Amino acid sequence: MSLVIDAQGLRKEFTVRVKAGRLRRRKRVVTAVDGVDLRVDRGEMLGYIGPNGAGKSTTLKMLTGVLTPSAGEVRVCGLRPVAERTRLALGVGVVFGQRSQLWWDLPLRDSFDLLRHVYRVPADAHAARLRRCRGLLDLDGFLDTPVRQLSLGQRMRGELTAALLHGPQVLFLDEPTIGLDVVSKQAVRDFLAELGRAGDTTLVLTTHDLADIERLCRRLVVIDHGRVVHDGTIADLHGRYGSRRLVVAELDAPLATPPVLPGAPLARVETDGRRLVYALESAGVAQVVSGLAGLATLRDISVVEPDIEEVVARLYRAAVPVR
Amino acid sequence: MADRVAEPSGGTLTAYRALLGAQARSQTAYRTSFVVDLLGNVGATVFDVLTVLVLYGVTRELGGFTLRETLVMVGLTAVAFATADLLVGNVERLPRYVRTGLFDAVLLRPLGALPQLLLMDLPLRKVSRALFGLAVWVAALSVAGIEWTPARVVLAVVAPLAAVVFFGAVFVATATVSFFWVESGELANSVTYGGRDFTSYPVTVFEGWFRAAFAYGLGFAFVSYQPALALLGRADPLGLPAWAGWAAPGVALVALAGAAAAWRVGVRHYRSTGS
Repeated sequence: MSLVIDAQGLRKEFTVRVKAGRLRRRKRVVTAVDGVDLRVDRGEMLGYIGPNGAGKSTTLKMLTGVLTPSAGEVRVCGLRPVAERTRLALGVGVVFGQRSQLWWDLPLRDSFDLLRHVYRVPADAHAARLRRCRGLLDLDGFLDTPVRQLSLGQRMRGELTAALLHGPQVLFLDEPTIGLDVVSKQAVRDFLAELGRAGDTTLVLTTHDLADIERLCRRLVVIDHGRVVHDGTIADLHGRYGSRRLVVAELDAPLATPPVLPGAPLARVETDGRRLVYALESAGVAQVVSGLAGLATLRDISVVEPDIEEVVARLYRAAVPVR
Repeated sequence: MADRVAEPSGGTLTAYRALLGAQARSQTAYRTSFVVDLLGNVGATVFDVLTVLVLYGVTRELGGFTLRETLVMVGLTAVAFATADLLVGNVERLPRYVRTGLFDAVLLRPLGALPQLLLMDLPLRKVSRALFGLAVWVAALSVAGIEWTPARVVLAVVAPLAAVVFFGAVFVATATVSFFWVESGELANSVTYGGRDFTSYPVTVFEGWFRAAFAYGLGFAFVSYQPALALLGRADPLGLPAWAGWAAPGVALVALAGAAAAWRVGVRHYRSTGS
């Protein structure tokens, strides 16, 4: 495996001036990114999440050479992002949700053509990539429409294409599905999943929509207040923060005292005791079912997968494990 | 180590030409307003020349210089400023790019940030003004009664070029202030347009610290006043030696180096915006 992104102790401070009296301004230093270490291998699909203002976009901008880090070491594709910015730009693709890479007044097709010159891509390679994107993202209906007249979903599909036409090694996506309708969201996710399957493009994705992450990324990095608070798989996250699968048992009639089952503590009692919810720790679903079957008549049993959203919300509230 | 990023297959020049072409296409899409702009831009320079003529209607000399002599400075300033404005004046838009975070998109492309910024919206309508400035320059030279020597012919060509570089550097340097201080537009304008007005008159018109700061501190005296003295064969009433008339290219290069340094430092100070 080869390392595509290697950041150590990455840090960014901003000086802001706050009002202190009529004319006086006091300087205050805000640390947006506070010592982030990040190593990403080729072909990995990484979800980079955190609450608003956690430092996600700032990190991405330092990795792409837009912002100069206050401290730390960074290499992306083996290059120093700020010092070798124009060279690095040839190797990365970027979709920043709110910022367009396209020419507002020109038809989408013309923007793609211009990007071929800007990135100096051979005509045949460019045509092949464009053909692939046209198929997967269904661009044909609006290729000749000026960008300013495109819907958000259409424009985002255009942005994705624009970011990939030069065959980048790394694709940075900052909120690629924000504001999209369900159909466009699905189209974008399917496309990225397809890209991930091919395995040679590294993908770094920041998002507020955790469904993006569950669908696309095996690895999840959570940052809060500029620090990494989790780096691992989604399963690791559940394990570490005590989120477990739940067994929901619907009973015919309420029990006087809900039974205590080994390895599966009772999580909640609902609808006047007719619904019991057990959390699976060491016990399996079968053990819970057999434990209950002798004591009550079961109407229905369902298993609820842990909700990543809830875990992450808990993580954001306090960067301290609950259990 | 990751695979090295592949070398691109073409030169950057093709890329810049493509950007310029796109720009021309979207500007001429609004054809009528383009023609109106062409005419309007000449108007501004006509007004500058008229101002000088009106002034000489009430006085025979200005700072010890006659109308014909002053017109050399007016013409030199007109052609150089209009050309610099055409090529680099666009950098005035930088504060907007910085404030809105649009500068991100510029930095994400594999091209120099400044050339992109200038090419992305090259104001072709200002061509008319540069051409008119050139006409004023030629006319001023022909009525000034210059005793032409080979050296003076060279100077008549070199001085406007140096002045273009100088004004361009001033445009860039003042615009970079917006990397540090977003509401800097007025300050930038006062230096660039103030500088243009300053070089349209003999520096002897101005006095005290103001003259010292603009003429010699910022170097505006070497843009038109000193070359005009050399062309006219006059000694500097303020006592600088004759070679000062040839200092313009050197001063322009110093200004250029200063502007380039300011730009580099500025880009590294760019803070982007939240998204």
